[in-house]
Amino acid sequence: MHKTTKRIPLILAGMLAATAAWAEKTASGSVIKDPAAGWDHLWREVIIDITIIGILFALMTAYFIWKYRRRPGNEVGNGPKLSAAAAVAWVVIPTFVFLSDDLYVAANGWQLWNNYREVPADRLEIQLETGMYSFDYTYPNGVRTQNELKVPAGKPVLLRMTSRDTLHNHFIPDFRVKEDSMPGRVTYLWFLPKEVGKEHVVTCASYCGVMHSYMASKIVVLAPEEFRAWYDQEGSKQGGSIKTVAENKAATASKS
Amino acid sequence: MNLKEWIFTTDHKRVGVLYLIGSIAAFAVAGILALLMRAELSTVGPTITANPTNYNVWLYGHGAMMILGFQIPALTGFFANYCIPLMIGAKDVAFPRVNALSVWLFYVGIILALLTFVMPDPPDVMWTGYPPYSTITTGNTAMYTFTVLILGFASIIGGVNFLTTVAYMRAPGLTWNKLNIFVWCTLGAFVLQLIFVPVLGTAVTLISLDKYLGTHFFDPTQGGDVLTYQNLFWFYSHPAVYVIFLPFIGVIYEIVATFSRNRVFNYKMVVYGGVFGVVALSGEVWVHHLYVSGMADWLRIGQMITTLMISVPVGLLVIGLVGTLYKGSISFETPMLYALGVLFLFLIGGLTGIPLAVTSLTVHLARTYYVVGHFHYVMAVAGTFAIFAGVYYWFPKVTGRMYNEFWGKVGFWITFIGTNLVFWTMMDIGVKGMPRRYYDYSHFSQFEGAHQLMTLGAVILGVGFVIAVLNWIIGAARGPKAPDNPWNSNSLEWSTVSPPPHGNWPVPPSVGADWYPYGAAKK
Repeated sequence: MHKTTKRIPLILAGMLAATAAWAEKTASGSVIKDPAAGWDHLWREVIIDITIIGILFALMTAYFIWKYRRRPGNEVGNGPKLSAAAAVAWVVIPTFVFLSDDLYVAANGWQLWNNYREVPADRLEIQLETGMYSFDYTYPNGVRTQNELKVPAGKPVLLRMTSRDTLHNHFIPDFRVKEDSMPGRVTYLWFLPKEVGKEHVVTCASYCGVMHSYMASKIVVLAPEEFRAWYDQEGSKQGGSIKTVAENKAATASKS
Repeated sequence: MNLKEWIFTTDHKRVGVLYLIGSIAAFAVAGILALLMRAELSTVGPTITANPTNYNVWLYGHGAMMILGFQIPALTGFFANYCIPLMIGAKDVAFPRVNALSVWLFYVGIILALLTFVMPDPPDVMWTGYPPYSTITTGNTAMYTFTVLILGFASIIGGVNFLTTVAYMRAPGLTWNKLNIFVWCTLGAFVLQLIFVPVLGTAVTLISLDKYLGTHFFDPTQGGDVLTYQNLFWFYSHPAVYVIFLPFIGVIYEIVATFSRNRVFNYKMVVYGGVFGVVALSGEVWVHHLYVSGMADWLRIGQMITTLMISVPVGLLVIGLVGTLYKGSISFETPMLYALGVLFLFLIGGLTGIPLAVTSLTVHLARTYYVVGHFHYVMAVAGTFAIFAGVYYWFPKVTGRMYNEFWGKVGFWITFIGTNLVFWTMMDIGVKGMPRRYYDYSHFSQFEGAHQLMTLGAVILGVGFVIAVLNWIIGAARGPKAPDNPWNSNSLEWSTVSPPPHGNWPVPPSVGADWYPYGAAKK
C-alpha cells in the first residue's frame, strides 16, 4: 500500500506542468474556455491517475500470488496479527490517501463543470424541441431546421431544449457534451464549433422508443460570413412560412 | 426424494438450491438474449431481425433478468440461504415457512419475466422503466411493475428473516466479531434491501398508476415531474448495486482466505470500515445516474463528492483482500481462480468508475458503451464470476460430490478471455462516442469491426459459462464422492457432513474462545 502514496507528488507534478491552457481567443476577441478541450485534458489526467493505481494494485497482487504460492515449506498461511495501533493505522492512512485523491479529482471536475455550465455572453442561442424522432431547431430570427444545425465557426452555441413527448438527449460526441430534454422543463448545453466545413454527428442518447437508434442530427460548421449569408437568406425565405410543430411531425412520420 | 418434498420444503438448504436452480435458469435465458443482441449488432443495420422492438425487448429482458432474476437471487437467495445458518451454527433460519414463501414468490417473478417472450406487446421500457416513455408505450408496463413488485417483496421478507436469524440464532461462543465476512456482507445487503426496495416498489407502482389509472405523478402538463421517477428509481437502484457487490465480495473473502490458508487481513477494518462504510454511503450517491438528466447544476456537485468517497470503503475491502494473500499459502483450484479473476475484473471496473463519478467527465461518457463496459466489469461479470466461484467452492458441500477440476479451469480461462474481449472493447468505443441501447449504429459505422470483435468475445464467454454449468450438472450426478471438508477450512459450514442432513448437525456446534473461521483447520 505504501507505494500508492508515491504517485501523488508524481501526478501533482504532471498536472502543474500541463496546467489548463485550453483557453482561446475567438473572432470577437473575447477569451473563451472550450469545455471540450478541458474535457480531453481532465480525462487524460484521470486516466493516468487510475492507471497508476490499477497497475500498483495488480502488480502487488500478482507478486503475492507468485511469492506465497503453496509449496513445500509454505503449507500454512502466516498472515500478520495486527496490533490495535497497526489495525487503526491501516484504516486511517488508506482513508486519507484515497480521500486526498478523491478530493483532488473532485476539485478539478468541479472546475471543469463550471466551465460547462457558464455560457459565454456572446453566443448564438437556439431553441431545440425534440420529439419522436427528430431534433427541431429554431434560430433567433425564426428560421427552423430539422436534424441539421448550421453554426458559424468560433461562436459559442447555446441550445435551450425541451421535448414534446418523451425523454431525448442531444449528444455531440465531438464536442464532449450531452444533456437530456424532457417535457415540462427547459435544459441547456453549449459548445464551441471551430473547424470550418466540418460536420459533427449528433445522436439521441436517451432511450426514446422503437426508432431511438435512428434519431440523429448533424452540426455543420460554416465560416462566419458564409453562415451570415445563409442565415439572412433563410430568414427572409422562411419569414412568411415558418413550419409548425405539426408539420414537423408529419415530415418525420413520412420519413420513417 | 420426490418433487413434492422439494416444493413444500422449509429446509434452508433446499430453499437455497431452489433459488440456485431458478437463478441459473434466468441466467441462461438472459445470456441467450445477450448473444441475440450481439448477433444483431455484428453488422451495421438489421442483421437477424428487421424489427427494432425485438432488440429492445431483448435488451429489457437481459438487464431485468440478469439483475432481478439472476444476481440478486443467486447471492441473497442461494448463498445467503445455504450458507448463513451453516456458518453461524444454526439448525435453520428463524422463520422457515416465510423462507419457503420467498422462494415461491421468486419463482412467480421468474415466470412473469419469462412470459415477456410469449405475450403480445411485451414491455420495452428497459430495466429502468423511465417515464414518460413507459407511460405512453404500447408495451405492457404493468408486467414490468408486477415483476419488480413480486421480486422485491420476496427480497424484503428474506431480509427480515436473515437479520433475525443472525441476531438470535448464532452458536454459543460465536460472537459478532467471529462472524464470517460473508455473513457481515450479506447482512449489509439485506439492510439495504429493507431500506430501499420499498422506494423502488413505489416508483414502479406510480408509473402503472399514471399509465392505467390516469394519475399524473410524472406528467408535467398536469403538474407532475418526469425527473421524480428517475430520482426514486436510482434511490433504490444504486444501493441495489451494493446489494450485489457486498455478498459477492463476501464470497470472494471466504474463498481467498480458505485457499490462502490465512486469516483475513485486518478483519475489523474490513467489517467496520469496508462493509459499514459501503452501507452508510450507498444511499447518498444516486444522483450520479442523473448527471445529464437536466437536474439543477448544484445538485450534481454534492453527489460527485460522495460518489468519489465510495472509493474509501471499497478501497479498504480491496486492501483486506490483497492483504489476505500476503504471507498466505495459496493454491489455485477452480474456485480460487474465479476469485482471483474477480479481483482483477473488479480492479478494472472499480477504477473506470472514477471518471464516471466526475460530473463534467460524465457529460461525455454518460449513456455510452463506456458506462456499459464499466458496470459489466464492476458488477455484472465480477458478480457472475463470484457466483461461479462460490458455486464451485460450496459444490462439495451442497451435492456431496466433486466437480471436474480440469474442466473447471478450462471454463474459467475461456470465460476470462471472452469477458475482457467484450468489455474492454466496449469501454474503448464508448469513449469514442458509441451510444448504448442502439439497435442500429449506422451513424457510427466506424465501430463495426469493434462490434464484431465483441460478438466473437461474447461467443467465447458463452462457451466458458456453458462448460462450467455442464461441469456442475455432470458433477452433481456422477462426480466422485467429496470429503466433508475438502478445502481444509475452519469455517463452521465445513464441520458437518456433505451434504448436511435436515437440521444440519446431529448436535448443534459451539465454538471456543480461540476459534476463528479462517486459517488452516486444526486437525
